[in-house]
Amino acid sequence: MTTTNPTRAAVVAAPSRRRRPPWKGATPYLLVLPAVVLELLIHIIPMLVGIWMSFIQLTQFFIANWSQAPFVGLDNYKIALNFSSSIGQALFHSFTVSILYTLIVVGLAWLFGMSAAAVLQSGFRGRGGLRTLFLVPYSLPIYAGVITWSFMLQRDNGLVNHVLVNNLHILGSSPFWLIGNNAFFSMAIVALWRSWPFAFLMIMAGMQSIPDEVYQAAAVDGASVWQQLRHITLGMLRPVNVVLILMLFLWTFNDFNTPFVLFGATPPPSADLISIHIYDNSFINWNFGLGAAMSVLLLLFLLVVTGLYLLITNRRSRRA
Amino acid sequence: MKARLISTVVTVLAVSATAACGGGGASTSSSSGASKTLTYWASNQGSSLQADQAVLGPELAKFQKQTGVKVNLQVIGWPDLLNKILGATTSGQGPDVLNIGNTWAASLQATGAFVPFDTKALTAIGGQDKFVPASFATGGVVGKPVTSVPLYGLVYGLYYNKKMFADAGLQPPTTWQELQAAAAKLTIPAKNQYGMVLEGGSYTESVHFAFIFGQQNGGQPFDASGKPTFTSPGMVSGVKQYVDLVGKDKVVNPSNVQYKNGPEAPGDFAKGKAAMLMSQNNADNTLQADGMKSTDYGVVAIPTPSPLPAGGKDVASFVAGINLSIFKNTKNQAAALQFVKFMTSPEEQTILDKPFTALPVVKGGTVNFTDNKAEADAFAAVLATKAVPLPLVPAESEFETNVGNAVNGLLAEAATGKNVTTTEVKAALQAAQDKMAAAG
Amino acid sequence: MHEPRSFRVFRVVVVVVLGLFTLVPLYVMLTSAIKPLGDVQGDFTWWPTHPTLSPFVDMWSTVPLGRYFMNSLVVSVVSTAFSVLIAIFAAYAVSRYRFFGRRIFTGTVLATQMFPGILFLLPLFLIFVNIDKTLGFTLLYQTRVGLIVTYLTFSLPFSIWMLASYLEGIPRELDEAARVDGCRTLGTLFRVVLPAARPGVIAVAVYAFMTAWGEILFASQMTNDATKTLSIGLQNYSTQINVYWNQVMAASLVVSLPVVIAFLLLQKYLVAGLTSGSVK
Repeated sequence: MTTTNPTRAAVVAAPSRRRRPPWKGATPYLLVLPAVVLELLIHIIPMLVGIWMSFIQLTQFFIANWSQAPFVGLDNYKIALNFSSSIGQALFHSFTVSILYTLIVVGLAWLFGMSAAAVLQSGFRGRGGLRTLFLVPYSLPIYAGVITWSFMLQRDNGLVNHVLVNNLHILGSSPFWLIGNNAFFSMAIVALWRSWPFAFLMIMAGMQSIPDEVYQAAAVDGASVWQQLRHITLGMLRPVNVVLILMLFLWTFNDFNTPFVLFGATPPPSADLISIHIYDNSFINWNFGLGAAMSVLLLLFLLVVTGLYLLITNRRSRRA
Repeated sequence: MKARLISTVVTVLAVSATAACGGGGASTSSSSGASKTLTYWASNQGSSLQADQAVLGPELAKFQKQTGVKVNLQVIGWPDLLNKILGATTSGQGPDVLNIGNTWAASLQATGAFVPFDTKALTAIGGQDKFVPASFATGGVVGKPVTSVPLYGLVYGLYYNKKMFADAGLQPPTTWQELQAAAAKLTIPAKNQYGMVLEGGSYTESVHFAFIFGQQNGGQPFDASGKPTFTSPGMVSGVKQYVDLVGKDKVVNPSNVQYKNGPEAPGDFAKGKAAMLMSQNNADNTLQADGMKSTDYGVVAIPTPSPLPAGGKDVASFVAGINLSIFKNTKNQAAALQFVKFMTSPEEQTILDKPFTALPVVKGGTVNFTDNKAEADAFAAVLATKAVPLPLVPAESEFETNVGNAVNGLLAEAATGKNVTTTEVKAALQAAQDKMAAAG
Repeated sequence: MHEPRSFRVFRVVVVVVLGLFTLVPLYVMLTSAIKPLGDVQGDFTWWPTHPTLSPFVDMWSTVPLGRYFMNSLVVSVVSTAFSVLIAIFAAYAVSRYRFFGRRIFTGTVLATQMFPGILFLLPLFLIFVNIDKTLGFTLLYQTRVGLIVTYLTFSLPFSIWMLASYLEGIPRELDEAARVDGCRTLGTLFRVVLPAARPGVIAVAVYAFMTAWGEILFASQMTNDATKTLSIGLQNYSTQINVYWNQVMAASLVVSLPVVIAFLLLQKYLVAGLTSGSVK
């Protein structure tokens, strides 16, 4: 019996408090055990060590002998947060750059992914090919993709200026895309090029679990394609979207690879993302204590943002 | 049924896991104990990591024949080398002998993870006297035993295109003003030809020139007590001298500020897009790979402003190069010292300097990386008389990053047409200096 | 389903814009891979002056591409396999059981996504070295095993969350039907629930694979010559003498080909959904 009821999935998805599923005590714990062990080993314990690093003066003098590094308490944090000093200002600047970058990239990546998934939902010839094509940027090694874009963005020899200036005559003279303020947009475009296929993939997979009957029932009721998209698709994709957007936000904010491959270890100030800023302060400047303090501040910020995000999305789903 | 499914899954996973285990990393010699092996991390000096292995392989075999000690070679590319050294320093797990960029010497010395070359060790490798003094001075801070000894020598020179100069009736410049004039004469933007080409996006190149021209203008990046003095008039003038090439003199293609990988500037020079190039002597490799013959270009020392500014020195380069260090955790220090002695022996120097386009760091060596005698003499003279080491302070890598970035920023401003005055230069250097405050 | 004109126009616009956005860089890669070195160093040309296949030949010798490729493949496939499996177990537990500590588990797992890699890179490196010291042989230091263990943990959080979301959408009636048929926990999971969540599993496997395939920071620290992966190995085309851009492009295309083919083959799995008749 397949009763299809658009609200049934929603009902089932809500935590059932009334009925306790019959399980023997250990089962869920055994199921999560491998994940727990690995997370402890690879993520949690190193993180705790990293946090400890932020409280000591871990510079090149002590890197070979951590136990001898002097304990400096909150000094590293004070340096990082001292907004009247060069270092504090640079950190704040890097932070604002990262926020702007993340908003643009995640917003557009989701929009592109959603649009592509929506238009490729109904079958037509070439759909499989298009789907594969769209996923290709995601499948390329980061280095190659980013290098290709840096070719295209070269001022004199790049395709972008060649087209904009010589072919289409949109711009009068060739601007720099890889230095100065334009570097920010170049970085955003490159990240978008790599990220939107991932959003596309996840949304597409999520759409597969929406039964056709739901759409058919809505069509019978007279809903247009756009209305179906808004109410059914977006509605039922909500769990997927909530996770997807959060993850995209976290990854994009922490993005190290894109600026590193595009600009090297020392990007122009307009493209100084927080990850590479911290990398500069730890690995390039040999001040791991300061880098660790910055990382912990970053972590705290992300915890707060995520907490708020989940609070808001949970409240809205309870209202829905 | 369920059991069969599970056992299949487990088998598949186990098989794939064993596939992963095979071919694991070459374990370091430190764990192989008494057997006579050394692990050597070499840097990339030649045309590729593979090519470097091919060059070093026979030499290591030679060493094994002489001493019975086997050397496990790993050639590490520059993007990874410092991080790998950092990992080794942190964990105590690393090679026995390794190459380092000699500008890292003081910083690495401060970690205490490398064997200091005291009198005993120096005797074991053949004595301090065998080294060219300028090269030896790069091994560590003054007053303490060095923790690295020179291996390959490199200095900057001014390459010029003989034909372009001859056609314009110019002589190779002997003063900075002559250089500016020659560059201006040879700059024809319409023909995509410029007087000078720079690797303007590389922070290491930028800081090198900031230092060199700072020296020419009487500036020091650090004072005697090790405090940064980036904003001293000499340093500011020096940086301005360099940035002016792009901004005021306009003899450099603004696109050069996008060049950061190393071979782009020599590539442009080889293709005739620029008449002059300031580069380390290993640019020869790139020039010839890109089709230039060694008779097509000449080399002179990078000139100084004339007259020399107050306190200025006739410095044409800093003492660049590669040094050898021994890791303190080595279980085979005697063999490591033997290896260092071997690599810095006159015979090996002669053999290796050619493929790695290096200057000899031992006295009495002849420059053999080029057939062009004038070029060889010019570089040798620079190393002997016009080169000083970069600041030998533990904060050297912070200096490189912060000042290098500052100069890159100034170059970018100049390239986009903004007027870069002394005020801006000073402000940028001040910001760089402020960042040093928190550095270790 | 009748599509209004506005939607069809929208589809064309989306396909053209995104198609161009995707294709133009790919075109640059393709043509760069067949250009002689001089071409890629100089002014941009739409078509090579002398198309040549030599980059495809030279690329194997400039850099040990074959070895890097194998390393990447082994590391990615094995870490994906284990990661997906462990994530499935954990996601099933999270979605089907309201056990004590569930919220802490999901919260912590989510929080790990916020850990900046640079913060725990060195500590992790140290932990590996110390484990090896305790064990007495090299298991984790500079080995593929070390990288596998690292990568599989990296992709766990997202995989668990995503799979938990997919599994939430699969009705509990399926589980109960399976239990009535006599299945125990694992049986229910593998024979009934998972096939219904196949698109989710595939998507998560793709994500896990690509995470391992493209990771740079940890790969550069945790590998040596013998175990280096593609993502950082490709950087070695940039040498002291020259940057062999054309070989980089050629190498990237060649190593991506299997991945793209896999994507193509996985299309049909992504399409199959609940309509494959799970609850009858």
